[in-house]
Amino acid sequence: MKRVLPGFGLSLGFTLAYLSLLILLPLSGLIFKASALTLDQFWAVATGERAMAAYRVTFGASLLAALINAFFGLVVAWILVRYPFPGKRLVDSLVDLPFALPTSVAGITLATLYAGNGWIGRHLEPLGLKVAFTPLGIVVALTFISLPFVVRTLQPVIEDIEPEVEEAAATLGASRWQTFVRVLLPGIFPALLTGFTLAFSRAVGEYGSVIFIAGNMPLISEITPLLIISKLEQYDVVGATALACVMLAISFAMLLAVNGLQWWAANRHHGKERVSI
Amino acid sequence: MSRSIRNVLSGLLASAFVAGALPAFAQGSLLNVSYDVARDFYKDYNPLFQKYWKDKSGESIELKQSHAGSSKQVRAVADGLEADVVTMNQASDVDFLVEKGLVVKDYAKKFPTNASPYTSTMVFIVRKGNPKGLQDWSDLVKPGVQVILPHPKNTGNGRYSYLAAWGYALKQPGGSDKTAQEFVGKLLKNAPLFASGGRDATTTFMQRRIGDVLVSFESEAELIAKEFGKGEFDVVYPSLSILTEFPVAIVEKVVDKKGTRKQAQAYLEYLWSKEGQENAAQNYLRPRDAELLKKYATQFPAIKTFTVDDVFGGWARAFPVHFKDGGTFDQIYQSK
Repeated sequence: MKRVLPGFGLSLGFTLAYLSLLILLPLSGLIFKASALTLDQFWAVATGERAMAAYRVTFGASLLAALINAFFGLVVAWILVRYPFPGKRLVDSLVDLPFALPTSVAGITLATLYAGNGWIGRHLEPLGLKVAFTPLGIVVALTFISLPFVVRTLQPVIEDIEPEVEEAAATLGASRWQTFVRVLLPGIFPALLTGFTLAFSRAVGEYGSVIFIAGNMPLISEITPLLIISKLEQYDVVGATALACVMLAISFAMLLAVNGLQWWAANRHHGKERVSI
Repeated sequence: MSRSIRNVLSGLLASAFVAGALPAFAQGSLLNVSYDVARDFYKDYNPLFQKYWKDKSGESIELKQSHAGSSKQVRAVADGLEADVVTMNQASDVDFLVEKGLVVKDYAKKFPTNASPYTSTMVFIVRKGNPKGLQDWSDLVKPGVQVILPHPKNTGNGRYSYLAAWGYALKQPGGSDKTAQEFVGKLLKNAPLFASGGRDATTTFMQRRIGDVLVSFESEAELIAKEFGKGEFDVVYPSLSILTEFPVAIVEKVVDKKGTRKQAQAYLEYLWSKEGQENAAQNYLRPRDAELLKKYATQFPAIKTFTVDDVFGGWARAFPVHFKDGGTFDQIYQSK
């Protein structure tokens, strides 16, 4: 097939060079640095008691935050696309705020709000719910910073679904639940997964906002990026890169899994279509 | 035509003149790479030195400052940030530059008083009226007392707090490394959180009203008073604390390359002058000058202190023993 625009070779070359320079080069530098360790040393650093606890906190809190956002982000995106209401523009631009706000500002603000005497914390504390300086605080901070990823990924996709599709489903006798699960969700699902993945990846790497609200207690509320900083404080660059490599590997594996899921979801959908035709 | 030639000629002449004069001017620029909270001190100190240097040598000097967390700063210098001088809050940071061959090994002997122009110490900030009656380190390990301090492993003032408590326990009757580690372990168990830095600890204690006592630099207490008002807290001086030193050093490679050794030397020496010492006192840092210390005695009550060199054999030994991975701090948290 003849393309309308020429320049495939040039743009592919550019893409490869650009990605190599921006992503592959620093990453290979990281792995090269970590390779100064023997396998035993690497293993000792990567699987230390505190490191293991920190992975659990980091990935657990990030997963939770991404799940929360997948649900509430979907609701926000749906409302922003489907319903007109006064101040909609304002709400729409509010969603971007976590992108723009320096993360340490977000962290300090959240810590102040959720501390025992903060606006929100003072109502939660009597209920026995401590948020600031506990692992729960980490989830709150990560939910805050990763919200826009879900909303902004879903919005254009929801915009593409014509309201007529829902009407058609209704006239064919589908219940509201069926319309949502059988008609709308299949279209939204791949984008939802993408949004979830982006939110998750963003949360895993987050440092600035978390350290102000986490409390940073060893084995309880230490995130992996804090341990990396701790290694750098000891001028142990190699140890820091070892931890970074582990994070990289886990993140990459999870991203790959999500991509696989997405591929599977898309294919399943296609298969069904063929049957229904 | 002739006019434009004349212009070009005079331009050339002027630039030749400037070029001739330039080395003298170019030398008149120093970069001081420093730790985070020294900002105010050097903001006041730099104009003093500029005036002094102008009077002495007739040379105008440009002074540039860079402030951030001290170990980040030192890494930047090691990676090629062209600092003429470093002014740090912990010897271990300067030691790293020694290791990299940027600073001479005996930098502490190149200037008076261990190359630290001023000192401070760790004190307790408690709620107004001291409701829990906290007077000494031994009160901080009692059950039900909440202690706020910055991360003992990752921050300079957290490390000083940790060593202060350790040294206190060591100097008690029957004190040994074992009892000291138990003591510090108890103290850390009373910490509901580890703040990410000194200022974060202050905010947590003063604004979020968490904890009964904040362990902090004496110099921070006055800044807290400025920010939150004097009526909000009391300062308690424990029976024994640590003398915190703030070493300064010339970065050899940089001053040799830039030809700024003379200026850098003068810049640091002047810290020990009457003016430099008074500036320290005004910034709530204890001057080394005994007369000035007396003059500001109400601001700096007498307190018994020990140094890192006395009790721990210097930072070069204290750091690996206590704060490296697997050190005493990690042991306290991995014994469970």
